[in-house]
Amino acid sequence: MIGLELSFIWAGIIAFAVLVYVILDGFDLGVGLLFPVTRDEHERDVMMNSVAPVWDGNETWLVLGGGGLFAVFPLAYSVVLPALYMPIVLMLLGLVFRGVAFEYRWRTTRWKRLWDMAFFGGSLVAASCQGIALGALVQGIEVDGRAYGGGWWDWLTPFSVATGLAVTIGYAMLGATWLVMKLDGRIQNHMRRLARLLAAATVLALGGVSLWTPFLNYAYFERWFEWPYAAWSSIVPILVAVAIWRLYVGLRDLHDYTPFIAALSLFVLGFVGIGISFYPNIVPPSLTIVEAAAPDESLWFALVGTLVLIPLILGYTAYAYWVFRGKIDPNEGYH
Amino acid sequence: MFEVFSAEILARIQFAFTVSFHIVFPAFSIGLASFLAVLNAMWLWTRDRTYLTLFDYWRKIFAVAFGMGVVSGIVMSYQFGTNWSVFSDRAGPVIGPLMLYEVLSAFFLEAGFLGIMLFGRKRVGDGLHMFATAMVAFGTLLSATWILSVNSWMQTPAGFSIDEVGRFVPEDWWAIVFNPSFPYRLTHMVLAAFLTTALVVGGVSAWHLLRDASHRASRRSFSMAMWMLICVTPLQIFVGDLHGINTLEYQPAKVMAMEGHFESHPNGAPLILFGIPNQAEGRVDYAIEIPKLSSLILKRDLNAPLAGLDTIPDEDEPPVAIVFFSFRIMVGLGFAMLGLGTWALVARLRGRLYAAPILHRAAVVMSPMGFVAVLAGWVTTEVGRQPFTVYGLMRTSESLAPVAREAVATSLLAFIVVYFFVFGAGIFYILRMMHAAPGSADEERLRDGPIRTAGTTPASQTHTDEMLDPAE
Repeated sequence: MIGLELSFIWAGIIAFAVLVYVILDGFDLGVGLLFPVTRDEHERDVMMNSVAPVWDGNETWLVLGGGGLFAVFPLAYSVVLPALYMPIVLMLLGLVFRGVAFEYRWRTTRWKRLWDMAFFGGSLVAASCQGIALGALVQGIEVDGRAYGGGWWDWLTPFSVATGLAVTIGYAMLGATWLVMKLDGRIQNHMRRLARLLAAATVLALGGVSLWTPFLNYAYFERWFEWPYAAWSSIVPILVAVAIWRLYVGLRDLHDYTPFIAALSLFVLGFVGIGISFYPNIVPPSLTIVEAAAPDESLWFALVGTLVLIPLILGYTAYAYWVFRGKIDPNEGYH
Repeated sequence: MFEVFSAEILARIQFAFTVSFHIVFPAFSIGLASFLAVLNAMWLWTRDRTYLTLFDYWRKIFAVAFGMGVVSGIVMSYQFGTNWSVFSDRAGPVIGPLMLYEVLSAFFLEAGFLGIMLFGRKRVGDGLHMFATAMVAFGTLLSATWILSVNSWMQTPAGFSIDEVGRFVPEDWWAIVFNPSFPYRLTHMVLAAFLTTALVVGGVSAWHLLRDASHRASRRSFSMAMWMLICVTPLQIFVGDLHGINTLEYQPAKVMAMEGHFESHPNGAPLILFGIPNQAEGRVDYAIEIPKLSSLILKRDLNAPLAGLDTIPDEDEPPVAIVFFSFRIMVGLGFAMLGLGTWALVARLRGRLYAAPILHRAAVVMSPMGFVAVLAGWVTTEVGRQPFTVYGLMRTSESLAPVAREAVATSLLAFIVVYFFVFGAGIFYILRMMHAAPGSADEERLRDGPIRTAGTTPASQTHTDEMLDPAE
């Protein structure tokens, strides 16, 4: 019984790590996606500077997601990664390009354009591969014994392409609302106009994918449309409506902070929705949280330190954000 | 182009390639983070601007190297699953939590405080900035501790049982973390990182001294690097010797390969200085050897018997030639470092440390040798562990994921192209930064990037912040 609870606590922690990753790296990948919308050097500088001090911390949550899965759900880790081989490798290569661009573009004039392209291209590849990987996971992964049992192209389906697109658009919206919050002047107005467009596109894409999902698998359908589950899960769409309304109002009334907060809530709710569909599986359609968990000895040992360290991490991460709070002035830039 | 290789060989090449690229950056940043913490502390303590000049100079180089370390490290954390999923499933319960602790205690610490260390001096003040700098240095050391515990467990597994599905189940975490080879390996690697950094700092300073022997900052850093070298190299040779004796106890086949001992020597084994191992015939061709010295080093007794690879089943032998040569490269470079350190000490005692162009040239030549030695050392220990992933218990061939050869080949090719391009460019930028002397007009001209922007904004912004925040 204890073991059962432990694996669920861990499922919660891993889900939390992935969620934090998605919203944090979501906005900084989004900033990368928006790089081509301006050709102005100064505007690009401030866009990048708005995330420069925090991107590394944001990406560490991805390592925590992977490392955490390896530690406490090694079976899920060893089934999912071979199944998603190509999108994962592409995502990693994308992250390599965009990660180094943060430093490289300041170290060269000749190749600055190239690293700007790398920043955009890497962000695009990483974002769409994350979306594709999500879609491939939602549609289900074939397990054979204790290993992946499917083929090399199973991840590529119309559904996973749709989720890839949806996540990319969603990240761009997060990036745009982040920039509305962090920047001032002409570029802020530009971002606000883009945020309106992207918000509408995100709502459409999120809606499309959400309506598609229940028809992939009867278990999902049951979760969302049949009594008594539907009574509980219907809270999610109601909150989604509230978030969309806040997003709309925030962008309409030229608020700086509201649109970003509302965009974040939209992602959180989408994530909760996925959690509702998956439970009690960790790798749909057949690998459950309990089956995939490491032995209790591993779960306990890992849990003790994690419960101390995660609050500490949240504390100093919040501090780092606080230190770099406020607007980045586009006119100040660099001399 | 990879048709002749099996998926297993390709996956091994891929891991070796990505991890070799990766280790270069932490090997440098572990030492450099500590160096930066020392420089910053010295600046705060003495208020001698030379230290601040050096801190700002090496900080920018650190930022680029650290960025490359981060992105190449993310790849590593996923590669266990993509290519070695059977290993992950079976060994994950033991090594997974250690790697989780590496992420939680070290990576977040580094990432959380790196921004403040790089961009935040003016925003947070000297005290907190010093704290952040120290936390980054501490994080790099913590990270080394956890990952070396993981690696050491794979070399000398302890504290576990094996369950019905073949998983390694942890029984005693203390025994797992502090497994028999861990203390030696950790000390050896951390000292290697410090030496690597000392050689780079020494080489770069010497480069500038060759152009201007009166350059104040370069004199300071050259002196610091040479002190480091002469203090740490003897210690490193001592620790390396202990590490070797530990390996002899727990992984005798590895030592046999390092020594090139194909045959057992009942009355004292010779030390083979050089030769060409011939694994098929079971002998070392063209060997130049010193009788009985190997027994003296490994057993502290000239006549102690030492078993050879003839006592090991063929299928359990590591590839001898690679281990044999990489070990000699590492040891040779270690003694070259000792030579450079001694030379600098003599020059210092004669008052000619900054007016010794030949010494400076030697320091420039030696500046990348720490990296070569680190790589050679890792090749020795990792190839020497073959044909196992978990020594004696799980074979490399059993560890592979059910991957198609084409998938591994394609991704390997992609990694090779991208890594050479991306990290090649990064190394070029680092070399260009190193070419400009600390505090020189050239250095000022190098674009300061986000560092300066973030650094100059706050003064004018604290005000606006206060006005904005209540509104939200």
